[in-house]
Parts: sequence; C-alpha cells; structure tokens
Amino acid sequence: MATAIGKMAKGKIMKHRDIILRTDLKLIADIIEPDSRVLDIGCGDGALLDHLTHNKSVSGRGIELSQKGVNQCVGRGLSVIQGNADTDLQYYPNDAVDYAILSQTIQATHNPRHVLEELLRIGRRAIVSFPNFGHWRVRASLSLAGRMPVTKSLAFQWYETPNIHFCTINDFFALCEDMNIKIAKTLFLDQKGQQKNLIFPNLTGQQAIFLLDRN
Amino acid sequence: MTDDNSLEIQIQDKSVTIPGKKVVFDEPMPLDSGIEIGPIEVSYQTYGSLNADKSNAIVICHALTGDQFVSETHPITKKPGWWAMMVGPGKPVDTDKYFVICSSVIGGCMGSTGPVSPDPKTGKPYGLNFPVITIGDMVRAQKRLVESLGIKKLFCVIGGSMGGMQVLQWAVSYPEMVFAAIPIATAPRHTAQNIAFHEVGRQAIMADPNWCHGAYLEENKVPRAGLSVARMTAHVTYLSEPALHRKFGRRLQDRKNLTYGFDADFQVESYLRHQGFTFVERFDANSYLYITRAMDYFDLAEEHNGMLGDAFRDSPVRFCVISFSSDWLFPTSANREIVHALNAVAADVSFVEVQSDAGHDAFLLKEPGFHETVDGFIKGCAERWFNGHSDRKDGQG
Repeated sequence: MATAIGKMAKGKIMKHRDIILRTDLKLIADIIEPDSRVLDIGCGDGALLDHLTHNKSVSGRGIELSQKGVNQCVGRGLSVIQGNADTDLQYYPNDAVDYAILSQTIQATHNPRHVLEELLRIGRRAIVSFPNFGHWRVRASLSLAGRMPVTKSLAFQWYETPNIHFCTINDFFALCEDMNIKIAKTLFLDQKGQQKNLIFPNLTGQQAIFLLDRN
Repeated sequence: MTDDNSLEIQIQDKSVTIPGKKVVFDEPMPLDSGIEIGPIEVSYQTYGSLNADKSNAIVICHALTGDQFVSETHPITKKPGWWAMMVGPGKPVDTDKYFVICSSVIGGCMGSTGPVSPDPKTGKPYGLNFPVITIGDMVRAQKRLVESLGIKKLFCVIGGSMGGMQVLQWAVSYPEMVFAAIPIATAPRHTAQNIAFHEVGRQAIMADPNWCHGAYLEENKVPRAGLSVARMTAHVTYLSEPALHRKFGRRLQDRKNLTYGFDADFQVESYLRHQGFTFVERFDANSYLYITRAMDYFDLAEEHNGMLGDAFRDSPVRFCVISFSSDWLFPTSANREIVHALNAVAADVSFVEVQSDAGHDAFLLKEPGFHETVDGFIKGCAERWFNGHSDRKDGQG
C-alpha cells in the first residue's frame, strides 16, 4: 500500500503478545483504534507500544530519555529513539501519526504548552496523562503540614524531582481552553489507581487522562 | 588467486598469502568521479551459511583501517578479528543463524582492487593513477559482490565509522536491497574537523621522501615514517581524554625519571609509536590516501540539495543508529542528525547513545548496552523478516 509522504506506514499484523499494563496505560490503549499510527513520547520500557503493536496492529514509534528504557524497547523489537519531548518533537512532520501520546511526562517538560502544540501538530489527536497536583492529599501536605507533597504518584523530594511543571486538572482544562484545544474525552483515576467517575476530579482524582483533538 | 580459499596480496615490499575469497568483475564499474574502472576484484570473507532462500545475509562494512577479517585471527597481525566480540556463534551478529559477508573496500590493500593493484594499462601498480573513489563506489562494488552470491535482499547491513557511512549509502542507494541497517558512530557527512585531521595524515605520508610521489612500490621503498605518523594522529582522534588518562595518565615508560630528551619518556608516546610501527606492517600508504579521501567526500545530503531527509524519503529500511557519549570524532550530535532526518520523513528508526568513555573506538569494544542494543534490534527485525512478512515478498520480487 502506498503511503503519503511524511506519514508512517500502517501497522503490520504481529503475533499476539500478553502484556501486563499499568492501569493508566491500559486506559490509553483502550482509546486507540486498531491499525492506528502512534508516537509514544516518554515510552519507558515500551510496554504500551509493545501491547499496541502486537495486539492492535498499531504502527508505533517511541521517544525515551533513558538509555536503559531505549535498550528495553529496542530489545522488544520496537522503534524507539533516545531523546526528549522538549528538543526532539520539532523534527517530526505534520500529521505523522493518528495519536501522539504523552503519558506521565508533561510535568517534566521545560515548555509544556509548546509540547502540547507539537503533539497536536504531529498527531491528529493527542493523549496526555499526568498526576493531578490538585488532589486533596497534595493540598493537605502543603496546607496542613506545610511541606512539598511526596505521594505515590509524585514520589520525589522537591530537590531531586524531575517534575518541574506541575498542574491541576483544572489548570489543564484552562490551558486547553486557552489554546483552543478540543477535549474529546477525560478519564480520572482515584488514589487506588482505579478509573472512577469522580464528582470532584480536581480534588479526588490522582491522575488524569485527556484525549485531545484539534479544533 | 592461489586457490578457492586463499589469495595473494602485496603489503609494502612483500607479497603475502591470506585466507579468503575473491571475485573478479570484468565489466568496468562506473565511479562517482565519472570515469570507469575495470576489471575490478573484490576480496571477502564469509561466516556462517547462506540459507536455502538466501534471506539470512548480513553485510558488515569495515572502517578506514579495518578489513574483511571480522571475527577470525588476522592473518598478518595474528590478533583477534576487529569485531570478534560482536560477530560469531551466539554473538549479537550470530553466525549460527546468519550468513555474514565482509569485503575489503575497493581502494584498500587487502585484496580488493586498489592503488597496489596492477594497472591493466601498464602492468605496474596503479599508485597515484588509481582513480579517486567514494563511499558510493565502495558500496557499488559490494553490491556487485552480493549479487554475484545470488542474494537479492540483505537482512541487515552493519558498520561503524566509515563502515557506518557505507551502511547509510547502502540504505540510500539500494533501499530495496536492505531490510535493516545499523549505522554506528558515524555521520551524514565528513565535517571540516574530520577533513582537517585526514589532511594532516595525508601530508605526513606525502612529506616522507620514501613515498616517491606515490611510486614507492616501483622504487622498492616504504614510506614508513609518514604512514606511521598519519596513524598516530588518527589514533588520538579515536580515543578520548578520559580514556587516555585512564590508560596512561602521565606515567613514564620503563624509567623512573624524565630523560630531558626526546625519547618516548611517557607511556602514551610509546603506545602511539607502537601503533604507528605495527600499522605500517599491514597497511598501504596510498590506500590510506585514497580511503581518507573517500570519507572526506562523503556528504549524503549533497545529492539531495542539502536536504538530508530527502535522501531517506519513503525508505522501507528499518534503521538503528548508535552513538557513544565520549566520541568526539563522530559525536552523538552528528548521529542525531541522521536520526532527525529519518524522523522528518517518518522513517522507521531507533537510536541509542551508549554511555562510554572510550571515545570513537568504543564501537570496537563491548560497552554496556551496546551489544544489547544490536542484539535486540536484530532479533526484533528477525521477528518481522522471517515470520512470512509481506516486506520480504516485496523485496524478493
């Protein structure tokens, strides 16, 4: 099948592989339609890409910061480059993929707004997941104990954290509105990591997953 | 040729028999310079066996001073093959599974046509009458060899440094013949700094009176001093300051005090002199000129109006680019340029920067993460290539 210039080829049928995914990655995987083209930024050990490649015949690419992560990905037969969201996205063409995924990474980027722009330039849609800094435990740590929060999903002391741009779920809604990004879907995880229909997600959601569309 | 499995080559003032095969192509081969050369000979070694449908071939491209003796004891130096750690049974390039081909580049001095070969016009060694060749010409000769073995599509092409340039050239010139490519510690073009170091080496050779304007073979002379200095300079560029410090520091060579003279007081001097001295015994000075020139001329983007990405547009090849953190000759930034160009055309690429303090020569070593990357990439590619994959049928058509 001929493919348009500057676009990745559609996925190839691979043998099924059973892969255990973190809950948030499982939810992201469920959003993605079979045969899509996917770029996973901050793909870690490649579990999500591996799952998508083998079980949804997705054509996947990844970007990962650590040599160890890239080694694991390449060892799984995935196409992953060592790089980061701030500096390497600029080299990808427009509309290269159907989904650009940024899971648990946006808070560690230098310029989250620009990264978000890049995601929706490269991808027809973007999926962004992040830890919610508005969660009541975070608020409690700061307001009652007077200390920077160290929780399960934010497991670093302030002086060693790679997370430099925290946001709350409401902050993220606001940024999307400001950038004229359409929110196609939201999913929230409670503090047990279970997906729930939360009444006050900004208070009780520990993680959020946003499916974004160009407007 | 002495028999099917050995050949005779000329090294400096003597003729030597080395193991290996050689194929002769009578039809002249067009060169990038616009002229033709012929007949040409390509000497090569193979490891492992070719399967029935000839789909398990891997071509290894050697670096500037490398040769076809990848994983066996070198017939002249008696040292292990230059990539013995990478290539062999059970190694990342597994000769139990794959048929590995490595040929000596044209322009070299290990049996393929080069400046030591007899010029058919005069019967005397070509010397400086040998045409200037390019990386593209080297690969053109390799393609002839591969075709002569009845192989329509290579499973993989691998190489480091100048070998990496050839890998890129293979992928750009003959994308339909390459399923996977592993360019290592290389660059899309030779930089001004790279050219500058090569020029120092060439000038050292040409300044040696025994070079005789390239006709030293006829004069029965060997430009030992020049070639050896060229090697010494180049060798420094293959290492790194931390590697030199770790290996030698300021330690003295077999003496307790400085001699206040110009003997090799320091271990690093003694080491370099030894490198230069032994190199001369296995390499030809004119070959050094021609091969360094080929590298200098390498610029993949040039044929594509300066757009490197265009060289790879619609490439079906799966790439795995590998760089080393302390390599300042072909730094990570140069390797990343290849990656970014591939990204720009949505080509299939993986990339790893291996942490190492060994400098450029790290690609010859077993640095942590390096062999694992090659091993993992090859296995991942094999899964797609050998499981009745549609690409393969396309390639064999």
